[in-house]
Amino acid sequence: MSSLLEVRGLTFSRDHRVLAENLDFDVRAGSAIRLEGPNGAGKTTLLRIVAGLYSAYEGEIFYEGQRSLSALRRHSHFLGHAPALKGSLSAHENLDWLASLKGLAASAADIEAALEQVGLGGYEHIQCRQMSAGQQRRVALARLFLIPAKFWLLDEPFTALDKQSVAALEGWIGDFAKQGGAVLLTTHHDPAIPALQSIELGV
Amino acid sequence: MWAWFHKWSSPRWFYQLSGRLLPWLAVISAVCLLVGVAWGLLYVPPDYKQGNSFRIIYIHVPAAAVAMAGYMMMAIAGAISLVWRIKLADMVVKCAAPIGAALTFLALVTGAIWGKPTWGTWWVWDARITSVLVLFFLYIGIIALYEAFENKEAAGRACAILALVGAVNIPIIYWSVEWWYSLHQPASISFTGESSIHPSMLRPLMLTITGFYAFFGVALLMFVRNEILDRERNTRWVRELVTAAAR
Amino acid sequence: MKTLGPIELALRLLRRELTVSLRRRTELANPLFFFLIVCTLFPLGLGPSPQILAELAPGILWIVALLSVLMASDALFKGDFDDGTLEQILLSPVPLYTTVLMKTLAHWLLTGVPLTLLSPLLALMLQMPSEGLGALLLSLGCGSLVLSFIAAIGAALTVGLKRGGVLLSLLVLPLFVPVLIFGSAAVQRAVAGMDASSPLALLAALALFFLALAPFAIGGALRVSLDQ
Repeated sequence: MSSLLEVRGLTFSRDHRVLAENLDFDVRAGSAIRLEGPNGAGKTTLLRIVAGLYSAYEGEIFYEGQRSLSALRRHSHFLGHAPALKGSLSAHENLDWLASLKGLAASAADIEAALEQVGLGGYEHIQCRQMSAGQQRRVALARLFLIPAKFWLLDEPFTALDKQSVAALEGWIGDFAKQGGAVLLTTHHDPAIPALQSIELGV
Repeated sequence: MWAWFHKWSSPRWFYQLSGRLLPWLAVISAVCLLVGVAWGLLYVPPDYKQGNSFRIIYIHVPAAAVAMAGYMMMAIAGAISLVWRIKLADMVVKCAAPIGAALTFLALVTGAIWGKPTWGTWWVWDARITSVLVLFFLYIGIIALYEAFENKEAAGRACAILALVGAVNIPIIYWSVEWWYSLHQPASISFTGESSIHPSMLRPLMLTITGFYAFFGVALLMFVRNEILDRERNTRWVRELVTAAAR
Repeated sequence: MKTLGPIELALRLLRRELTVSLRRRTELANPLFFFLIVCTLFPLGLGPSPQILAELAPGILWIVALLSVLMASDALFKGDFDDGTLEQILLSPVPLYTTVLMKTLAHWLLTGVPLTLLSPLLALMLQMPSEGLGALLLSLGCGSLVLSFIAAIGAALTVGLKRGGVLLSLLVLPLFVPVLIFGSAAVQRAVAGMDASSPLALLAALALFFLALAPFAIGGALRVSLDQ
């Protein structure tokens, strides 16, 4: 399958410490890749570089063969440490806004279906501040089902999730890759995702 | 052309080039300042209205002029830093700010000293003084913003943006302050208005202005060279330079 | 799913900002009470003489309004920075210009406009002659939009810093100078029975100027603030 993302000769450092030197890797459609390494190895930094949030690096990154970030922005999801939800807004309003940010109008039925998928059916009109951390995390994950994308960038997506939800998310990632999506993720535990590849940082 | 541009903007190249340039600039600055100040203080005839007190213009005017030009130069460096992502340019922004602030401060202090015999008071809310004061605040903002960031590269770019915003606003600020002053101008201080300056007073002034520009260049180059060594301390050429100097 | 047109998108973004802020009403009221309380301090500091207050009222109202906008702008991007919303905004295919413009307009609608509407009451308390009221409303309405844009630039530059509050005022206050000059001059002229249209026109010009350019600076500053 073709490469969605090509990274060539990537070198980056933080606070005068070189974290990666001349790193080359490809993310192909239909694959899930885990960034591994001890704390401070630069996993989050690498994800932020790929997403286009962090610019202090040398080397080249191509998304679908192009340097421009616009296609990446349209066709990818980035899930950072913080869930990007407003506590004062309901799950429905939060997801509706996330869809608007992709330039899309989500219908109530779409949002309901996405919440159903993450096991939060019936929570549409509950304010996010009234939910537990795990439930908030799941609302944040619901965007993966609401807005179609080719590429998921997930930074510690398993944080705050219970066992069941962890297993479910592992399944979703596996399915997404099987259907031709690409995933780049960081995590501390060993996820049960079939055919998971890994990139070692900080060695 | 592009390769040349890139080479010139590399910190190492700049360090070497500026090292050769620095002595010349320092000599120009010292000669212009010494000759200009001596000429202005000792040989120019006293002003028929202000007597000897006007002689402070040989410090005051160049300080104010270079402070202003320094801000514009800083903003241009800021634009270069943002558009071409050249590290050297945001080092220039960072290093120009304290020099500019010091010159602005000098202009304010000499202005106050000049004001005492001329207007009988240390401080007057005159349009030009007020504008220079605001310029001083703008410089202080840049320095404070730079110091607040832990990540110095982000600090450099944040200051570049602020310098650009400031540069766009300076004409508006100056013009608005002029306008404000024209509204409130009391009739009694008409005597400081644009009096034509005698050519014999002008020539040493030109010298000291040149001297201040050169001084700004000297100070800027020295600050930037320091910054280069600090930021590139992990590179081989800096290490070699340091060990060679230690030997 | 349907793609949104640019106008519809902008309106959605604006409505969302307004909803988020309106659900935290106490925070909206804070700048207004600040305006009220600081204006009350002036008679206490200057003495209650109606003549002195009337003469100083335009300047007092303008300076305090300006400080209120400054106070309110510290939080403009803070919440979005803390909860990760800002990352999503920067990674969105929607032009940053639009998002940032809508955020700033929402800020103006919820601070500048209420301040403007409150100002006649304070003008009354400060004994300002009623001839100046029209100019006060117009100049504050228009000028506070400029203040919001300038303050947003400062807020965007300092959003990633742990303690940005005082720094923000250092960056922003010198840039407020033209707005203060034109705004208070408009009111003073109107009070004196003179034509206030030229400073008002200048304020409107400034508003358009910042409307066109400030979102670029705000967007760039936000990118820098997250890029570290």
